[in-house]
Formats: sequence, C-alpha cells, structure tokens
Amino acid sequence: MTRAPLKAFWKSGELFVWLTASGVALSLLMIGALLGLIMVKGLGQFWPADILEIRLADGRTLIGQPINSETIPHSTSQAHPDGKRRTRFRVGNQDAFGYDFKWVDADAVVAQAKPFDLTVFNRREWGPLYGRVRALYREAAPVAEGPAAWPALLPLIEQANRLHERIHRIEHDEIGEINRRLESLRLQRQALRLDNRLTDDETTTDLGLQQTMAGLEEEYQRQAATLDSLRRQAGAYEVAVSLSTGQEVRLPLSKVITALRPNEMDWSLKTLTYLGNLWEFLSGEPREANTEGGIFPTIFGTVMMVLIMTVAVMPFGVMAALYLREYARQGPLVQLVRIAVNNLAGVPSIVFGVFGLGFFVYTVGGTVDALFFPEALPNPTYGTGGILWASLTLALLTVPVVIVATEEGLSSVPRDFREGSIALGATKLETIRHVVLPCALPGILTGLILAMARAAGEVAPLMLTGVVKLAPDLPVDGQFPFLHLDRKFMHLGFHIYDVGFQSPNVEAAKPMVYMTTLTLIAVVVLLNLVAVMIRNHLRKRYAASAV
Amino acid sequence: MPVNPASPYALKSVRDRWAPSPAGLPPKADEASQKAGPLPAGHQEVKIKIAGMHFHYGATQALFNINLAVPTNHVTAFIGPSGCGKSTLLRCLNRLNDLIEGTRVEGRVELDGMNLYDPQVDVTDLRKRVGMVFQKSNPFPKSIYDNVAYGPRMQGVRGTGVLDRLVEESLKGASLWEEVKDRLHHSATGLSGGQQQRLCIARALAVQPEVILMDEPCSALDPIATGRIEELIFSLKTRYTVVIVTHNMQQAARVSDRCGFFLMGELVEYGDTQTIFTNPRDKRTEDYITGRFG
Repeated sequence: MTRAPLKAFWKSGELFVWLTASGVALSLLMIGALLGLIMVKGLGQFWPADILEIRLADGRTLIGQPINSETIPHSTSQAHPDGKRRTRFRVGNQDAFGYDFKWVDADAVVAQAKPFDLTVFNRREWGPLYGRVRALYREAAPVAEGPAAWPALLPLIEQANRLHERIHRIEHDEIGEINRRLESLRLQRQALRLDNRLTDDETTTDLGLQQTMAGLEEEYQRQAATLDSLRRQAGAYEVAVSLSTGQEVRLPLSKVITALRPNEMDWSLKTLTYLGNLWEFLSGEPREANTEGGIFPTIFGTVMMVLIMTVAVMPFGVMAALYLREYARQGPLVQLVRIAVNNLAGVPSIVFGVFGLGFFVYTVGGTVDALFFPEALPNPTYGTGGILWASLTLALLTVPVVIVATEEGLSSVPRDFREGSIALGATKLETIRHVVLPCALPGILTGLILAMARAAGEVAPLMLTGVVKLAPDLPVDGQFPFLHLDRKFMHLGFHIYDVGFQSPNVEAAKPMVYMTTLTLIAVVVLLNLVAVMIRNHLRKRYAASAV
Repeated sequence: MPVNPASPYALKSVRDRWAPSPAGLPPKADEASQKAGPLPAGHQEVKIKIAGMHFHYGATQALFNINLAVPTNHVTAFIGPSGCGKSTLLRCLNRLNDLIEGTRVEGRVELDGMNLYDPQVDVTDLRKRVGMVFQKSNPFPKSIYDNVAYGPRMQGVRGTGVLDRLVEESLKGASLWEEVKDRLHHSATGLSGGQQQRLCIARALAVQPEVILMDEPCSALDPIATGRIEELIFSLKTRYTVVIVTHNMQQAARVSDRCGFFLMGELVEYGDTQTIFTNPRDKRTEDYITGRFG
C-alpha cells in the first residue's frame, strides 16, 4: 500500500520536472547574483554621498565619505561578543596626506557631524580634495573671503572648465593638425630621398615642402603663444581650502573639475549630479591612469573592433560553409575538415593572439609597410598592433562559430525548396542565391550573434595585436581618411584588467572596475539585441512553409 | 516559329519558344516530334520517348529496360506500389536525379527526338521545357507573386508589366487567380494545402513549359482539394503534355489517357488507361488494380 503511491510518484516524472526546473532556477540565480553584485558595487560610486566630519579620541579631526564598514578581524572579546567595527573613509587629499583611504575604528570616534560647508573638490590630478572653502584669490590678491567665497567660486569653476576645454582643443586639434601636417611633409621629403639622390625636379619640390614646413612652424609658434596666455588666464584664480588637519592649501581653479557640498544638497539635486556623473563616465575620457574620468574611448574601440570583425568574418565564414555544405563532395575528407573547424573553436584565444602577432602584425603589416609606407620606416605604420589586425585576429577566432552555424542553417533548408527551384530551370547558383541563402539567413545570423558575443569579450589576443592602456586618438575621426585602421585602440575588457590590476590607487579604481564590467556586459547585450532583432525580422519574412 | 512582335514576351530575353502563338496557345510540337519514331496507337504525336533505359542508384538498379512513349497533349499516369521506380522515372524526365550523387542512366530518353542525357544538353534549359510539381507542396517562403515570378525572373524577364501579366495568366491557368488576386503580395505560406499545390502548378506554368511532371500531387490533400487539382490536370492537357505519378488508382483512371504500371523497377504494362483498367493483359496488373496485391 505504501509503495504504490511512491512508485506512481516516480513514474509521474514529477521529480524530474523539479530537477530540471531547479537547474533553470539555479542558472538564473547565478546570473542574477552576478549582475546584482556588479551593479551594486559599480553604480554606487557616482552618488554624491554625505561628507562626515569626525573627531577622534586622540584629538585629530577627519573629513571624508564613508565607503564601507566591517568587523575587525580577531576582535571578539567579552566586552564585544560580536567584535569591534571599523569604517573605511575616503579622506582624499592624497598629495597632502600621502593616502586616499583610511580605516577608522568605531570606538575611536568621539563625535561625528555633517556640517553643510564641507566641500569636495574633484581635481584633474591627485583625486578628490575634502575641506572647507576659506577664500578666493586672483593673482595672490584676495577676491572673496569667508562665506562669500563659495557663491563666488562656482561661476569661476565653470569659466575655468571652459578655458580648459579651449586649451585642450588647441592642443589636440589645432596643434595636433599642425603636427600631423609637419609629419606628412617630413615623410614626403623623406620619400624624395629614398633613392639617395635628388633630381632637379625633386630639389624644387623639396624646397617647396621646406617652405611650407617653415610656414607651419610659424603657425605653431602663434598657437603656442595663444596657449601660454590661456594657461596664465586659467591659472589666475586660486581657492584656499582648509583641510581636516587645519592646514590650508591653495588650489588653482584650473585643476578643479567640480566643487560640491553634498551635505546641503537635496535628493533631486543629488540625483541630477548622479546622472551627470554617470554621463561623464560614459562619454568622457579617462584621467589619472584610467582610475578617474570616463571610458568613452574603450566603448568606441570595443564596438568598432566588433564591427570590423563582423565585416571580416561574415563573408569568409559563409563562403566556407557554402562550399562545405553545397558544393564539396560529402565524404571522409569533408568530415575531417568539419572536425578540424569545430576544434579550431576550442583553441585557446591567446594562441590566436600569437598567430595574429606573427602573421598579421609582423608578416602582413611588415610587407604593407615595406610596399606602401617605406618613407616612414623604421617607424612602423601597419607593422605594429592596430585595430585592423586585432579585428582580423578575432575574425579568425570566431570563423569556426560562423561556419558551424551557417552549415546548420543551410542544412535546415528543406530539400523541397532546392528541388523546386532547380525544377524551375534555376541553376545551382541561382538556387543558392535566391532560395537557400534567404532561408538560411536566420541561422547565419545566429552564428554572427555567437561570434560577436565571443569577440566582444576576448582580451588575451588583443593584448598582443593592438590594444593599449591609453590611446590618444579614436580609430575614427575628422581627419582624412576618417577611418584609421592602423591606430591602436582601447577596449573595455582590457580596461577592466588595466584599471583593476595596473592602477596605482587600487581602492579608488575598484568601483571603476565594476562599472567598466557593467558597461562591457551592456555593450555585448546591446550588440546582440540588435542582431537578434534583425534575425527575428528576417525569420518572420522567411517563415518556413506551413504544410 | 512565329513570334508576335506585339507580344509582351517578345520584349525581353525570353526565348522564342516561350512566345505564345497569336492564338495565345503555346506552339504545338512540330517537325521535331515527327522525327521521333513510330507513333503509338491512335496516331498521337510523341513528346517523350524512352527506349532501353536502365537506371542505377550507385550499386542498386532501380529501373530495368524501360520502353515507352508519352503522347503530346495527353495525360500519362505512372502507377505502381511504393518503391517500384515510377517517381525515379519521372525525375529522369527533367534530370532531377542528377542532384543525387552516384546515379547512372543507360539507354535513351528523348524529348522531341533530343536525347536528354546527351552531354551537350543544357540541363537548366531542359528543366524550363519540362516543369515539375512535387508531392509535398513546396512554395518558397516568399510572396505569392514572387513564387510565380520566380521562374521567369531566373530567365531574365524583367519589367513589371510583363511579369504582372505572366503571373496573372499562370494563376488563372492553375485556377487560383480568383482566390489570391487580392493578396498577391502576401506570403505564400499562408495559403491552404490545396491552394499551395495549385500555386506550385502556377509556378511551373509561369516558365511556359511543354511538359509538366507531377509527382503524386494530391497525396497530401483532402478529397475536395484533390478534385480541384484533378479538374485542373484535365484542363492542362489542352496546352501541355502531362505526366503524373500517383498511388491512387481511381485518380489515374479519372485523369489519365494513358497509363503505365510499374513493379519492382519494370514497366509491366503500358497502354490506354481504359484498356489497362478494364482489360489488363498482365496478371500482375490485374491483381494490383483490383486490390489483390500490394
């Protein structure tokens, strides 16, 4: 009697349903936990948290933002059965103190308060500075003092930022352009001398080039003079800040990005600041060895690289799959090729990196340089890592994925369609072009999605073939020929590694690591979503025959 | 061959033989068929002549010494149990078996006196002359219009006017026009099974073939849809030569003029449908059509 229901329970498969469902639940839980952790750790850093002023038992004062707190290890005693607590504060002022973060034991705190006038300055160098605004100076002469200094400060900071922007534009665009033209003229002159002698014609050309160069030099001097005066203007104002130690420092406004008083900000203002910071992170350029500022160049580099890779891998993979599936005589040889292709997908990516370095960078790039850019040698143009070589290396890495998916897509096209087309007098090529490929397109795009997801997340091969810690220019800009495939680029995956492991200020970099990770995930998801949407659109159009 | 310069088909690269004669009918098989050898009983013109034909799939032989003549503008049915080789023979008539690796043909298969397996034959050209409708309706996952226009487009017919007329005529020829004329640009996969099969017939007609091969065209259809297709087959024979493979003996009796009974790769008996069904010469044919065999 008791056995029968148990047996029925086994037979009903209920248990199996639970088992499979728990598999799904566990996977979802893990993904959710991963995303949750990254978001919690990353997104918090942009919030303008209140600044505390703490008086310690030893009489010292401390100003800073609490980061996290924990139980001091091995601190349990009879008086404190749960152990003592301590809190980590970001106290900033790294240039004055020599440290950025500080642990404070809970029982060392005598009093703490949130005075409204505590100010945090985000600086272009040395990270944040916490203190109180004392006075404002212009060329060492006081402009405003005491409470009047703060309202006077904010418009001046805005003005300083505008000046900074102008200086940056002149340095980067105008002087940069002069430098590029000078370099191109130098290379032209070099090219004239490649055969070690100058004909009369060439001498004339050379003289012309020389004159142009002289003109550019003058232009450069003019721009440099403008820069000098702008820099003096920007450095004119200084703010005097008293630190927690009572020490007073003079901070030139040209070094300040923002000054905030979080303690007197309300929620809406804080939210606005938060969104502004987030936008700055996504659209700005990195500062301070990548631990501050934005990550825009890395997002751009990642997307760009994936796109170039897609353009390279698609025709290549689809062609290969078409031959294997449609034209090659099916037999042991083709089967062997297929197995080899599948196994290629399992080769460690760093191996592809080494191959990319040896083949694309040195062999192909070196040959391109010798043939087309001999005047620049020994400086390499294409014979060094660059976004093109990195993309091609990743294309090699992902081509098996595309081949396999395309083959599956092709084999899922019913034979009826092919025969129907052939019987109408279409040739094999026409049949493939007009019937087979359109029907296989969703499958091909699935392969593309997988390839993109894999490529966007790869880091190892890129480190050998063109990724750098900090690229001065994007691979696309306003200068002819607009797309610069030879340029080195920044990549989100490498950025995570670089910020996390190569930065001098590990604590400050931590949230950046999480935020960069979150961005990488978002970029991959976004790229995939676009591809999935295209695929679903096509699938609807080429829905398989109903009967 | 007369080409009406006013005909829309004459405008572009469609070859002469697709141009309809002024009467609107496809040109009758002419001198070529007269050279095709002895006429079968009833003095019909021969469209397809098969002589001493053997067919192999790799090591297995599927057809043994087939000899028959398919008359022009008649419906010829191939009947027999599954695996008897009737479909194989049908697929030899447009060389669709070429798609299968390792197939081999011996003997002669002639269309209007031309040996189909002559190495000089342009296979795609042959398939334009010999259209085919399959057992499972296989409209492409495109619109109804694009399905019908597929064949002509492959031949380089461009120009909306020409294509529009061709599509309309073909759909009318397959008696589907009235049902789909308002949704020509909807997906063909939304049609019912019977409509899909008629669409496939229309698609074959649009290439303006001389012969239409049908491989069990009604086996997946209900009796009403089957009835419509059978009517259609009956009307098609005024313009085309039809060869149909069927499992259904009543169907063969209803639609065909001549009938061949196949068994294990051999053509057991071939003759007028009436004769085969009322007075078969061979014992095996009689057993099969009376249902004693199977």
